Amino acid sequence: MRTILFLLEKEFRQIFRNRSIMLLVLVMPVIQLLLLPLAANYEVRNVNIAIIDNDHSSYSRKLITGITASGYFRLTGYLFSYKGAMSLIEKDQADLLLEIPRGFERNLVREGRQQLFVAVNAINGTKANLGGVYLGTVIKAANDDIRLDLAPQQAGAPPAIDTVTANWYNPLLNYRVYMVPGILAILVTMIGGFLTALNIVKEKEAGTIEQINVTPIKKHHFILGKLIPFWVLGNVVFTLGLIVSRLIYGIVPQGSILLLYGFIWIYLLAVLGFGLLVSTFCDTQQQAMFIMFFFIMIFVLMGGLFTSTDSMPEWAQVASRFNPVTYLIEVMRMVILKGSGLKDIAGRMGVLTLFAIVLNGLAIFNYRKTS
Amino acid sequence: MKQLLTFVRKEFAHVLRDRKTLLILFGMPVAQILIFGFALTNEVKNARIMIMDQAKDQASRQIIDKIEASRYFEVNQYIHHRDELEKGFKQGDVRLAVIFPQGFDHALQHLHQAQIEVIADASDPNYATTLSSYISSIIQDYQSEQVAAAGHLPYQIVPQIRFLYNPQLKGAPNFVPGVMALVLMLVCVMMTAVSIVKEKETGTMEILLVSPFSPLMVIVSKAIPYLLLSLINVTTILLLSVFVLDLPVQGNLILLFAESTLFIITCLTLGIFISVKTSSQQVAMLISLMGMMLPTILFSGFMFPIENMPWPLQLISNVVPSKWYYIIVKAIMIKGLGFAAIWKETLILAGITLALLVISLKSFKIRLS
Amino acid sequence: MKEAVITTDKLTKRFGDFVATNEISFEVSRGEIFGFLGANGAGKTTAMRMLCGLSTPSSGNASIAGFDVYRQTEQIKKNIGYMSQKFSLYEDLTVLENIRFFGGIYGLSRPRIREKGEKLIKDLGLEQEAKKLVGALPLGWKQKLSFSVAILHDPQIVFLDEPTGGVDPVTRRQFWNMIYEAADRGVTIFVTTHYMDEAEYCNRISIMVDGRVKALDTPRNLKEHFGAATMDEVFYALARGAKRSE
Repeated sequence: MRTILFLLEKEFRQIFRNRSIMLLVLVMPVIQLLLLPLAANYEVRNVNIAIIDNDHSSYSRKLITGITASGYFRLTGYLFSYKGAMSLIEKDQADLLLEIPRGFERNLVREGRQQLFVAVNAINGTKANLGGVYLGTVIKAANDDIRLDLAPQQAGAPPAIDTVTANWYNPLLNYRVYMVPGILAILVTMIGGFLTALNIVKEKEAGTIEQINVTPIKKHHFILGKLIPFWVLGNVVFTLGLIVSRLIYGIVPQGSILLLYGFIWIYLLAVLGFGLLVSTFCDTQQQAMFIMFFFIMIFVLMGGLFTSTDSMPEWAQVASRFNPVTYLIEVMRMVILKGSGLKDIAGRMGVLTLFAIVLNGLAIFNYRKTS
Repeated sequence: MKQLLTFVRKEFAHVLRDRKTLLILFGMPVAQILIFGFALTNEVKNARIMIMDQAKDQASRQIIDKIEASRYFEVNQYIHHRDELEKGFKQGDVRLAVIFPQGFDHALQHLHQAQIEVIADASDPNYATTLSSYISSIIQDYQSEQVAAAGHLPYQIVPQIRFLYNPQLKGAPNFVPGVMALVLMLVCVMMTAVSIVKEKETGTMEILLVSPFSPLMVIVSKAIPYLLLSLINVTTILLLSVFVLDLPVQGNLILLFAESTLFIITCLTLGIFISVKTSSQQVAMLISLMGMMLPTILFSGFMFPIENMPWPLQLISNVVPSKWYYIIVKAIMIKGLGFAAIWKETLILAGITLALLVISLKSFKIRLS
Repeated sequence: MKEAVITTDKLTKRFGDFVATNEISFEVSRGEIFGFLGANGAGKTTAMRMLCGLSTPSSGNASIAGFDVYRQTEQIKKNIGYMSQKFSLYEDLTVLENIRFFGGIYGLSRPRIREKGEKLIKDLGLEQEAKKLVGALPLGWKQKLSFSVAILHDPQIVFLDEPTGGVDPVTRRQFWNMIYEAADRGVTIFVTTHYMDEAEYCNRISIMVDGRVKALDTPRNLKEHFGAATMDEVFYALARGAKRSE
């Protein structure tokens, strides 16, 4: 036990003396929390639309007014040929194009049915999807108006189902509220993981680990001596993050703060254990850096920060259950936004505890004092 | 020339000897392509929902059947009390609840007006919006069927939607060009910077610089292996995307490679610039990671929509080379456009490269004297 | 003959097909200064790492301070000090902090660390530098500090791997004075070196060639046996036949 105190004293001194670490722990999270949520705004608004109106009728104008007045769309082109509209899409100046065919109004009145042609630039899936959905809603509303205009007595007749939608937990559909807890989760993971992985490897490169290995120090003491300082730093980053989200974004955790910390404590043990494990495999900082980067990248992408894990294929959903980051992102959002309690996240806590034990166990096992 | 070859050979030996890094270098694009291609989609599938059916009549049954039949939704549980809503959402796996009031069918038939309540977990706003609009359209479909059965609905406008370039709304067309930018950035900037700084740290740089070989050539020979590695990576990514993701290269392959080479040179120059300015590996890594990777991910537009950013960030995005490269690759690869459509972007990228080249050569000379 | 504290019997280390250390056998007794010589790549460092418990032998036996190199490496580590070829104190810690750290992990009590640390700093004349970062010290002082730290916990044996590489002659002389003082207190010194004048300071020396011990005796006997005037000539006569070098 006394040995650990000496180890901790040494690690903390080295950390406080290293300016780039302090910068990484104190300044980076703040900058990233200020920048990333500003950038990570997936709100789909102002979908750029180009309209080809071949009809020039009062109904086609009604439709166009409906579209521009809806607030979802920005009219970036009003054209007369499909080709001209396509070139707007190619230049990324239009996301959607709507073609109103010649005879639109006449056919609608005479035949009671008329088609419209919509083409969506689907390279960006989310935007295409939502843009299409919005356009459908606007066209339906315009359709109802026109119908009321043409046949007032018939319009009210069919039974109407009114769908009332309520948005819980984020009634203003504010994207930042959703992203900030996720980004904080990534920051804690990156900083904790990288620092631990680089630390032991740095001692290997400097040769000081040899001097440690020739002492009677116990393996688990050494690993603990490395784990605890970065665990503390992880908590510092997390606390800083919570303060920034409170002050800048006004995000107040709905659930218990203590519960959040409890979860972070276990999570940090797991992710630092992973960093230590990686460091036992590597000989140079460059290697450690790349391997860590590789894994953290996969963890983050598969963790559901950007795209929901629900829509992943079966195998990916199974894989994401072995990804600690998935659990943290979920729990952060659950506790901070929805106010979930201990009972709701107990299962996830259990799994992470298991991760922590296995990863640290492997790190201790794989750290060789004798080659 | 012969001297240059000797140096290049030495650099290759260094790169090839470190198997672990090499594995990551080649494994990274493969893993990214597979993840982006198969795991990440914006498509909504099997979202778990709750249903609270207080009506239990014909209309509510029929609508529930339609919801259950849709591939978008998976009815996770039927609940009976409103307090169960909170519980379902808080446990985290239910995304939406549909509530039918008592006497739903009755109200529909006799009052011609009935209400369905939809409650979405809006912590993820886009997902919530998409789900509730899908539910709405299922309900609308039901209504149209009912009307059609009763007689017919007059004056229908039917939009026919066609998804261009990416009919299945896959993530791949958006991400593959992004992965290319990211991987090239990683290999060229970070690897070059770190490997040069490493030689500075160990002192071997001094030895190279006192050799009769010109210092500029020393740097060039360091960059060549990474240029080749990067071209291999570009090839791997393209092969994977064509044969594994079914995402063919629509445009001219030679043009694509030429533009990629230009971008690789931009990155190498950046890497050299960082290495001239820093003296420890850790600092070089930190700068490459935070100063280069982060802007690449942030500002190239493949993960974060640039048009939604506040204008200062949009302004900054213009000096990030990967943004231009991303636009170029998307145009050639996905849209199948030719040089005429991208000459402006190419010019900007070339301009940035030239500026970087001049700056790093200048600081390299200052360093030497 | 005094009691043996290091005994090796056909100690061997293989890396794949390469036999780094080939069946070496010798004994070192308490308080002896034992010089371990050989050309670069002869297998000295590998042998020393096995004796320190840093590397497990492929075959053969060895006991250090009465402990077995296979099963009791941790007990061995309590009883030895080690100073590697590469400077391996923490450059980003001060002199005092390094002393406190290594004293601590060898299990010395805090008052004892303070007392020993003060004495050490006084003996080395580092009073001015005690609170400076080790990285800022000149090489010679670093080496003396390394040695002092290696014997801080009063080990029975101390292993020194080329301790005076790159150091000026005056510092080397001071360094050897420190070694003598330690040996007088009964510490066994096991030292590798490339300097043949230093070899003369040893009680006995062994010379390794291509992984084997080719000669082992007092410097005087070796010179007589090879009919050489200096240790340089002895070394040259033996090492000339070496097949491997760096």
